[in-house]
Amino acid sequence: MRSPSVSARQGPVLSRQRSQRRVWAKWVETFAKGGAYIILAAGILYVVGFTLWTMWISLTDSTLLPNYAFVGFKHYSRLLQSRVWQVAYINLFVYGVAFVSISCGIGMLLAVLIDQRIRAENLFRTIFLYPMALSFVVTGTVWGWILNPTIGAEHFVRGLGWMEFRFDWIVDRNMAIYTISIAAVWQASGFAMALFLAGLRSLDADLYNAAQIDGASPLRMYVRILIPAIWPIVASVLVILLQLALKTYDLVQAMTAGGPGIATMLPTNVVYDYMFQRGQMGEGSAAAVMLLMSLLIVILPYVVLQQIRRRGQAPNG
Amino acid sequence: MSALSIESLRVRFGAVNVLKGIDMEIESGEFIVLVGPSGCGKSTLLNVIAGLQSSSSGRIEIGGRDVTRVAPADRDIAMVFQSYALYPAMTVKGNITFGMECRGVPRVEREAALDRVAKLLQIGHLLGRRPSQLSGGQRQRVAMGRALVRDPILFLFDEPLSNLDAKLRVEMRMEIKRLHQRVGTTMVYVTHDQIEAMTLATRIAVMHQGEIQQFADPQTIYDAPANLFVARFMGSPPMNTIPVRVEAEGDKVVAVLSNDEGGRESLQLPRSREALAAWIGRDVLLGLRPECLSLHEKNDYGDGNNAIAHLSAQVEMIEPTGAETMALISLAGVEAMARLKADARPSIGSRATFAVNMSKVCLFDPQTELRIP
Amino acid sequence: MVESRSTGRAGGRFALYAVLVAFAAFYLTPLVVVFLNSFRSLEEITQTSVLGIPHAIRWENWAQAWGSYCIGGICSGISPYMWNSVAIAVPATLLSTLVGALNGYLLSLWRFKGSQIAFGVITFGVFLPAQMKLVPWAITLRALDLSDTVTGLTLIHIVQGMSFTTLFCRNYYVNVPADLINSAKVDGAGFLQIFRRIVLPLSPPILIVTVIWQFTNIWNEYLYGITFSEGSHRPVTAALMAFSANIAQAREYGIESAAVLLAALPTILVYLFGGKYFLRGLTAGAVK
Repeated sequence: MRSPSVSARQGPVLSRQRSQRRVWAKWVETFAKGGAYIILAAGILYVVGFTLWTMWISLTDSTLLPNYAFVGFKHYSRLLQSRVWQVAYINLFVYGVAFVSISCGIGMLLAVLIDQRIRAENLFRTIFLYPMALSFVVTGTVWGWILNPTIGAEHFVRGLGWMEFRFDWIVDRNMAIYTISIAAVWQASGFAMALFLAGLRSLDADLYNAAQIDGASPLRMYVRILIPAIWPIVASVLVILLQLALKTYDLVQAMTAGGPGIATMLPTNVVYDYMFQRGQMGEGSAAAVMLLMSLLIVILPYVVLQQIRRRGQAPNG
Repeated sequence: MSALSIESLRVRFGAVNVLKGIDMEIESGEFIVLVGPSGCGKSTLLNVIAGLQSSSSGRIEIGGRDVTRVAPADRDIAMVFQSYALYPAMTVKGNITFGMECRGVPRVEREAALDRVAKLLQIGHLLGRRPSQLSGGQRQRVAMGRALVRDPILFLFDEPLSNLDAKLRVEMRMEIKRLHQRVGTTMVYVTHDQIEAMTLATRIAVMHQGEIQQFADPQTIYDAPANLFVARFMGSPPMNTIPVRVEAEGDKVVAVLSNDEGGRESLQLPRSREALAAWIGRDVLLGLRPECLSLHEKNDYGDGNNAIAHLSAQVEMIEPTGAETMALISLAGVEAMARLKADARPSIGSRATFAVNMSKVCLFDPQTELRIP
Repeated sequence: MVESRSTGRAGGRFALYAVLVAFAAFYLTPLVVVFLNSFRSLEEITQTSVLGIPHAIRWENWAQAWGSYCIGGICSGISPYMWNSVAIAVPATLLSTLVGALNGYLLSLWRFKGSQIAFGVITFGVFLPAQMKLVPWAITLRALDLSDTVTGLTLIHIVQGMSFTTLFCRNYYVNVPADLINSAKVDGAGFLQIFRRIVLPLSPPILIVTVIWQFTNIWNEYLYGITFSEGSHRPVTAALMAFSANIAQAREYGIESAAVLLAALPTILVYLFGGKYFLRGLTAGAVK
């Protein structure tokens, strides 16, 4: 039992300590919140700043080192006229179309097959998806070995006795780009499958039932009803694969280093080539900016479409 | 010729008996409602009738034809699902004509059928829209249109009104009833809502734990429930069941119950002594619907109706709903609901005298839970 | 999803499985090839091609791949580069995840004017091609005197990863009921306290997804790795690419196969143990 005089003396001391602690706590909070805002700002600055920086450099006469002498769109026009840039875009188109369409096709096929209530589903899905865990460098190296005529498939089949067998696409100027597509499809089609499967699974089970009663064959059911029902996911996958194709760099380096000649050069390879191997920083930056524009052309329509779709839906009632 | 005939149907999932021997015969033009709590097997039964699930044993005939092993598309049925299951990527027109396309119906006929159905359900102005652009009630009508256009022998409904709000539900319920009156197709309808069952059905099948508890017209189900489950499930609020003892008083039989004050009340039963001879001296359950209990009015000795008995009970709670006042009363150790007149306001905690309309009471065997006839 | 009826469909089921197994073989073949090669001698491989079963198991390939194989002039096997990758990937993953969680938290639960735009801008960083940032990073690292160091690369990956991690975390945190935060505010909790006591405990699912995603991407990354590192500071992906720079000596495909497998092992393990979280990371990027 404390005497009143003691507690009266301790009272103000204790409450001062408590309020000191509260002030300290408030400081920590403000500091933390301020810090978070700074970090966020840094992130925004990074995205905007670096983009603008590269754009600026693309308009300057930089070679090995940045040099801020303004030259306007000289680099852009040179690039557009250069053969290597044109070839790179043609390669990109061929590779991109093959990659995206075949990946989607295989992905959809596998998703539909797995949707048929099969056993060991987890095992199949794990096998189809694991290539996504690998670096493109690993994929490119391994596929480079397999498709190499001297030590790969051609050598193997010839060793079995079929001496005229040829599979030297990877060193053939006209066919090399398809080898890149093969490796890329191998890597990414499991991803397409995973997304399509998730989409099919998210559909109302009664859709299948209604289609059964209507008398639709399984083929018709998938083609007319189920796959169209997941078209938003199909659109997403297309966009993701397209931007993956646009950004492909490692795979080409690992498999063919852009060769033979420039037969498998993609815009990303050209960018690096100019920037660091030819010491043409300005031109390389211009190439990078054009690459960004290409990406925006792919993504923007999709984003706009999403917004339109969201507004066109009726409320439930 | 019966529209649907089910014989000894059993469905087993692994060790679980979902349907334990269903027998049912439905005549053409009937509106059958399968009603019961979740898990009673009503949806499974509907799916088996449709052919979406297969049975472990038993036989199904639709329109006189054995369809036990026939695919759903060939059973001459149509189905409306709880979530409507409209094909999202097709227009309303596409949704309705898809089945006909699958069957190879020529274009002219398809258009004609579509026209007919659109007029009947008044969805002509919606034909070009996608399901995501329709409201709930509109989707329901399109789903019905898709089913109607098949001109089937059997119409199956799987809880089609569950996804609608209360007001819309009442509207659509009437539309379905009107549809049945106009089109006359045999309908089998699944719901957990017993009001829907009572208002829509020509006959109700009350289901519980995989078996049909009773299959009869609504009034019979209401007035003469086959067992305790049916008695308690149908009717809102449910039928009161009060433990009583059957005793003989001269040549009359009475139900004797103990009131909370230690005394006993005796209610005369409208049955002959011979009919209940086997039950004299035994404990049974007395089934009494809330509307059979009302406040006794002093001057109201009734219409000379011998079936009115009286008892006193304690009022626990009252719930005025505007149209009437529900009262929770306690008697014989159990709580019962009474439907009183709208302006009745007995004070809570007080004892009051109640008039009991005995003409509609039921008696139940407490062991077998069956109604005593 | 379609219930198969009766035995008439047995043939169909067989074809179904046949196709699935065929594709499984397609996906597994490269892995199996590399695995088998890692036990074969160079003579075997050059004789019978990379597609073959080892006649004699050459365990030394693995030891050499790890410790003594010559890559780009340095004969220390692949281990130093693996450690470089670890030194880059682990801190970068953890720090970028933390930053992403903070950003996501700030953007979703402490809405301010312009938070939508801020989120949009940071997310744009996900789509921005790496090439757009090469020159600015080169200049920045040189200014900070971090060119060609592990620290420099780690910094790049932290900042770079912010876009992804913010995207993931913010989209996850928007589903935290606002009432939870509001009642905490009423109780007097501040920014950091709410984060520590309420939001962080709710975060394990998204943090696991983010960590898996970041680790995989950073470990597998090549472009920044090759541009901003030199010699013995390289990450393992750059080291793999340096195989083809061995002009002085013959390519030892057996040893290189072992090296490739070693380099791929961490992310494959993460994939196998990560399971559904790995997939959630992939789909989170898709459903924007």
